[in-house]
Amino acid sequence: MRKNNLFKHTFWKSASIVIVLFGVYSLISRFVYGLGRTTNLSDMVPWGLWIGFDFIGVGLAAAGFTIAAAAHIFNEHKYHSIVRPAILTAYIGYIIVIALLIIDLGKPENFWHPLVMWNIHSVMFEITWCVICYSTVLTLEFAPVILEKFKLKAPLKLLRKISIPVVVCGVLFSTLHQSSFGSLYLIAPAKVYPLWYSSYLPVHFFISCIAAGLSMIIFEAYLCARALNQGLQVWVLSGLGKLILAVLSIELVFKFSDLIISGKFSYLFMNLEETYLFWLEIFVGFIVPITILLIPGYLNNRKWLYFASIFTISGFVLNRLNVSISSLVRTSGLSYAPTFYEISITLMLVVLGMIAFRLVTENFAVFEKRIEIENPVQVTPGPEQKELIFGK
Amino acid sequence: MKQQMGLLFDVTLCVGCGSCYEACKKQNDLQVTNRDFLKDHLSNNTYTSVEQYGDNYARKMCMHCSEPTCVSVCPVGAFKKTELGPVVYDADKCIGCRYCMQACPYSIPRYEWGSTSPSVRKCNQCYERLKEGKINACAEACPTGATEAGELKKLIAEAQRRLKNNPKKYYQEIYGLKEAGGGNVLVIAPVPFDQLGYNSNVPKQSMPGFTLQAMEKIPSVVSVGGIFLTGMYWLTKRKNEIAREDRIKIRGEKYEKE
Repeated sequence: MRKNNLFKHTFWKSASIVIVLFGVYSLISRFVYGLGRTTNLSDMVPWGLWIGFDFIGVGLAAAGFTIAAAAHIFNEHKYHSIVRPAILTAYIGYIIVIALLIIDLGKPENFWHPLVMWNIHSVMFEITWCVICYSTVLTLEFAPVILEKFKLKAPLKLLRKISIPVVVCGVLFSTLHQSSFGSLYLIAPAKVYPLWYSSYLPVHFFISCIAAGLSMIIFEAYLCARALNQGLQVWVLSGLGKLILAVLSIELVFKFSDLIISGKFSYLFMNLEETYLFWLEIFVGFIVPITILLIPGYLNNRKWLYFASIFTISGFVLNRLNVSISSLVRTSGLSYAPTFYEISITLMLVVLGMIAFRLVTENFAVFEKRIEIENPVQVTPGPEQKELIFGK
Repeated sequence: MKQQMGLLFDVTLCVGCGSCYEACKKQNDLQVTNRDFLKDHLSNNTYTSVEQYGDNYARKMCMHCSEPTCVSVCPVGAFKKTELGPVVYDADKCIGCRYCMQACPYSIPRYEWGSTSPSVRKCNQCYERLKEGKINACAEACPTGATEAGELKKLIAEAQRRLKNNPKKYYQEIYGLKEAGGGNVLVIAPVPFDQLGYNSNVPKQSMPGFTLQAMEKIPSVVSVGGIFLTGMYWLTKRKNEIAREDRIKIRGEKYEKE
């Protein structure tokens, strides 16, 4: 058993080193040779994997605001134990997204321009501002974890005082820019394939990010329980499972009623590549996880919750890549596949994010240090579980 | 407000000589991209192209919309609709997000993909010349009058007059008049426009409105959301407090019994 662990450990270590080395090489190439020579982007396909990945990263970080809201606005105390992992996930996610956005910019040295040059009609402008503001909120929400470690009491006290307004702002900023990633495509009704274009695109983006963000917490909790022997009680995770089930069902019904009401029923059965991609997204991201979560008993089983979360996340990833890449192929007349450089830079950022997550959880009090309690009946949240974001 | 200036391109008069193409290259200091101009397409060094479709020749260029998509989507306001009509671009403001390219209903903006500090490139309707009172370089170079420059209102009237006087010669639509809410470049032709490579799929309404319907909800989302969240915070906190008081009460009574 121990030998097996050791082997796994070194395998992932060496794989990470290789990925990061390739990533650094690609990153240098991107800045030395420019976007044209290192990406498959073109005049007809100006956005590719990186923008698609930004959508995914921001969506998967959504638990940062949903869990903070559940625990601190709706005062659901059972979620206090996952506030910190959720905020750490969001924080790392946003740092990755911001890094990738800047790498993707043609003139990265001008990244600060939206701060001083305003165009309030632009969705991109709104997203830039919301991402900056929400990153500030996340910094404030995560700061106590570090301040506690170094026993800095004065700033902790201050942060505790402003905690509720900060959480409220975080929820509002997130709501705005999570949905605005969908609004980006509203202006191109003739370019986006009808199965994905909808004037409700921002609402679809908002609802789907909630399910994906919550799934991400289950996913991490499961892996961390295995790797670090730290974890979360299954009754908290089944609470998340119930929420995911509700959100996925709402989005599925909303998605199809939106398609049918806007007269796109026939598109569902055309023999085209887009149709298959759409149904794959529905099957992986909705049908499978909903079925798993509906089977009696599976909602209280960590492993099945984990599988359901993997499917939800995969379906979400498919959806965002479909909207940002597949839906535009037909009108651009060009197909697009990312280059080695695009893929390796993206993978490097993911690996760095995972390393950061691991380092922080190992060195700071993110997860509660307790072994899995499988019997939910006796567990009631103790006082130590409260006020987890902003210190005790 | 100054008079809006426009361009009218009449496919029936174009002989495919390429004078406009050459004049545009010279005016904007653009590199040679193809020896045969008929085989060239829009690129970062070609602001206008002349394409052959049977006996007809079709010019492609920025349509200089009245309510331009690029102006509306640019996060830093690098695009501007000028008082004379041209939609111009400021490379010093640009951050290179390429949302303009993604959003343009005609897919006109091109990018300097080969550069390490790339800019967006497209026709600027000879804004500098118009400011000096000169006419556009392409229109000046055109030997047949196929490309005509002038006040937009007069050009629209002229185009309508030609369609009316020669209903057999012209397909009875003006391309660029309703597309994307209209613009300063108009095209008239003997055949439907999709046969000449013009995108007939462009919505016949101003594009920024598609985004506005979502953006205008932001203030209400913020205010209603803010009130809702604060309200929920107080409500659930109060609920928990009452529950705790009740628990203490019950426990207290129990203690008394004991």
